Amino acid sequence: MKQKMWKWVSLLPLSLLLLLSGCSENMLVLQPKGPVAKTQYDLIVWSVGFMLFIIVVVFVLFAVVLIRYREKPERADYEPPEEEGNTLLEIIWTVIPIIIVTALAIPTVKATFALEKPVKKEVKPLTIQVTAANWKWIFSYPEQNIETVNYVNIPEDVPVKFQLTSVGPINSFWVPQLGGQKYAMDGMNTELILQADEPGSYMGRSANFSGKEFAHMEFEVLAQTKDDFAKWVKEVQQTAPKLSKKKYETILQPGIVGRMTFSNTHLAWIDHTKQNRHYMNSDDGINR
Amino acid sequence: MKWNEFFVTGQPLIYAADVSIVLTVIGIVFILTYFKKWKWLWNEWLTTVDHKKIGVMYIISAVLMLFRGGVDALLMRAQLTAPNMKFLDSQHYNEIFTTHGTIMILFMAMPFIIGLMNIVVPLQIGARDVAYPYLNALSFWLFFVGAMLFNIAFVIGGSPDAGWTAYFPLAGNEFSPGVGNNYYAVALQISGIGTLMTGINFLVTILKMRAPGMTLMRMPMFTWTILITCVLIIFAFPVLTVALALMTFDRLFDTQFFTMANGGMSMLWANLFWIWGHPEVYIVILPSFGIFSEIVSTFARKRLFGYKAMVYSIVGIAFLSFIVWVHHFFTMGAGAAVNSFFSITTMAIAIPTGVKIFNWLFTLRKGKIRFTTAMLWSLAFIPNFVIGGVTGVMLAMAAADYQYHNSYFLIAHFHYVLIAGTVFACFAGLHYWYPKMFGHLLNERLGKWTFWLFMIGFNICFFPMYFLGLMGMTRRMYTYSAGLGWTPLNVVATVGAVLMGIGFIVLCYNIYYSARYGERDMTGDPWDGRTLEWATSSPVAHYNFAVIPEVTDLDAYWRMKKAGKGFEIDEEKLKPIHMPSNSGRPFLISIAFFFAGFGLVFKWFTLAIIAALFIVLGLILRSFDDDDGYYISVDEIKRTERLTGKGA
Repeated sequence: MKQKMWKWVSLLPLSLLLLLSGCSENMLVLQPKGPVAKTQYDLIVWSVGFMLFIIVVVFVLFAVVLIRYREKPERADYEPPEEEGNTLLEIIWTVIPIIIVTALAIPTVKATFALEKPVKKEVKPLTIQVTAANWKWIFSYPEQNIETVNYVNIPEDVPVKFQLTSVGPINSFWVPQLGGQKYAMDGMNTELILQADEPGSYMGRSANFSGKEFAHMEFEVLAQTKDDFAKWVKEVQQTAPKLSKKKYETILQPGIVGRMTFSNTHLAWIDHTKQNRHYMNSDDGINR
Repeated sequence: MKWNEFFVTGQPLIYAADVSIVLTVIGIVFILTYFKKWKWLWNEWLTTVDHKKIGVMYIISAVLMLFRGGVDALLMRAQLTAPNMKFLDSQHYNEIFTTHGTIMILFMAMPFIIGLMNIVVPLQIGARDVAYPYLNALSFWLFFVGAMLFNIAFVIGGSPDAGWTAYFPLAGNEFSPGVGNNYYAVALQISGIGTLMTGINFLVTILKMRAPGMTLMRMPMFTWTILITCVLIIFAFPVLTVALALMTFDRLFDTQFFTMANGGMSMLWANLFWIWGHPEVYIVILPSFGIFSEIVSTFARKRLFGYKAMVYSIVGIAFLSFIVWVHHFFTMGAGAAVNSFFSITTMAIAIPTGVKIFNWLFTLRKGKIRFTTAMLWSLAFIPNFVIGGVTGVMLAMAAADYQYHNSYFLIAHFHYVLIAGTVFACFAGLHYWYPKMFGHLLNERLGKWTFWLFMIGFNICFFPMYFLGLMGMTRRMYTYSAGLGWTPLNVVATVGAVLMGIGFIVLCYNIYYSARYGERDMTGDPWDGRTLEWATSSPVAHYNFAVIPEVTDLDAYWRMKKAGKGFEIDEEKLKPIHMPSNSGRPFLISIAFFFAGFGLVFKWFTLAIIAALFIVLGLILRSFDDDDGYYISVDEIKRTERLTGKGA
């Protein structure tokens, strides 16, 4: 009876796995659409292999030991031996984890270093300044001199340098299908390089709690063909309204706003990565 | 300040809580008065310096806090069951996950572990009390008033809402102007001081008060883990003390340590928090390893396999726990070299932990395994903790962590290690040592019901969260939209949480049922135990051991039983036993701490200063206290020993 229960318990995670295969198309992390996410996906798959191996070994040993050495009426007079340990065995199960950890550490370190640089060295990366504010994302294209709120368009196959900062609490910039996240922090300038391999719409969101409406800090990353992107930039430059200081102040007010597009950027008058230290006391009227 | 700023208003749930708090207080006062128990309460509990009673009070508080934290958890699960739920608004949800995390770690897991160690460690080392019994009482009461101060926040003034990590600048005045985070800073500070003193107390107790013959390498594994945990507490908690003090200054006196302006650095808070926070999780997990070691060894009827390796691996884990804190924010952009370093140190923890897992498995091998409730919890720990452990290694891989960080993958991971590690250990330890506390056993049948409900519910609740994380669901979201495909797994998780809740109710019923009908433990050794606590009577006599036992090897009591005599007390050798006197001062000082803390929370500095003067007065009175205890006469010891059947 108990034995059956135990078997059933050990099968529980597996059965859930089967159940889950139904919703795997929603698992964005496992649907990489860019080289960064792909690198991370490969690392994840590589590690999952080892982890499943460990789980299988431990679970099998566990089940065998429990079944064989449980108290049974027929071995009522059995008295377990006095054993202190076994040096050889203990060395074996110290060395095997060391090997596994090494096998995981090497690709981890490689990938961690690789992700700091663009994959495509021959293509000039596009720089986008990202400002997290309560509770919206502001994207500034310094070279194109345009600005968007809560959505960002990028060209496919071009590395994009997202330079992250915040005018409030720490947020984390995460686009699961393009790659892992990085924090956007007040007075700091962190850099996250992502790239999309194909046109498409990718969900992005803040992954670090930042207060009341944090759950709504979603944005869309729209990857376009290079031509479409150039066309979009041109259109924005020609048709979108200008962002005024006053308008920018209202955007920064705590709250949720919809999508917005402007044909200039706030970088012209304020650089949050530098000015955060001082502007609390300055009279430029920025009110968060 | 208007009354509706002082009391939290506008929420039906809060009003219900108000009513139930008032009714509970009236009920308690009525019962104490009606049964004339005030004096009993004061003499037996409020003024006690007995480590066993203090331990019991720790555990009762922990179970209460488990209830509070569990209700928080169920409210969160209710809100997340379906997309766009309107059950809780974002502010309320934010408060609930903040209090859930803080309470479960600091006011549930810690005191549960500290309660068990209070009860067990002196017994395991053959001591009559801890090194500083008075300090021990003060530790408990400081923890208790800290917990109470934190808990009243939700009806008076408002709960903290910046997460249990309280990251700045969010937790600063600018973004959290209410008193909620003042509660966080002050309440944690008060109970943290208590914990720090516990660490010092038990370090000294274990190093100085072991029975003759008990060398360090003959100590029971639980005592070993507590010794190392004390070292962790002594090194880690001062960091929290300092960080919380700076936070308090920032919030109350407008200093700028972590703010966005004037050179404040919010990342400094995150670093300080986790320099304490990572050792902290080992402070609750290492004693759990100790509890499992004791129970596995007892119910396999075998000596712990690879005792020395077990000791070395605890030391290794404890050392590593101080050099991994950056893995909590690989995404802060510290650079590839820094992240790689912390990645490797973190993964390295898997090595000593793996050694422990295999040593437990090999303790079971060739054993004679009895499936008691305590053993079921301990056995279930192994597979569940391995799932939590391997996903921990996955999170440790910096480049991959960028995809897991702050997602439900992380939530699943740390609940797998903290519940399957610490909570299972608390329940296992509770069932195992229950006769030592109360003289009767917990009902096994109900215990097994709790186990299966809770353990299966736990897996149903948290396993799907790994996948929710991979789907992009992040922690601390109070709602989500329907199109994301997260609904089915969230429904499953809620079902699991409900099962866990039912398991908890069965546990509470079991405590009541066993008190009335439970099997009395007449032998003092119901499990055929191996260590010295089983040589005492159940419940344990006030002075623990009439004669201090002599230890010749590991599993001292097992040796005595194997030698055929058990633990015999030679009445000729009895001497009067010196015991510390009760004192009401730790309790009163802690009350003063409560009011000082409350004054600070609301910036009522007059109240804070007056209460602080009472604290100082308490310290002065203690300094001139020349009560150095009393003696229990030989006659009285003989009487007690004959009564419990342990004497000759």
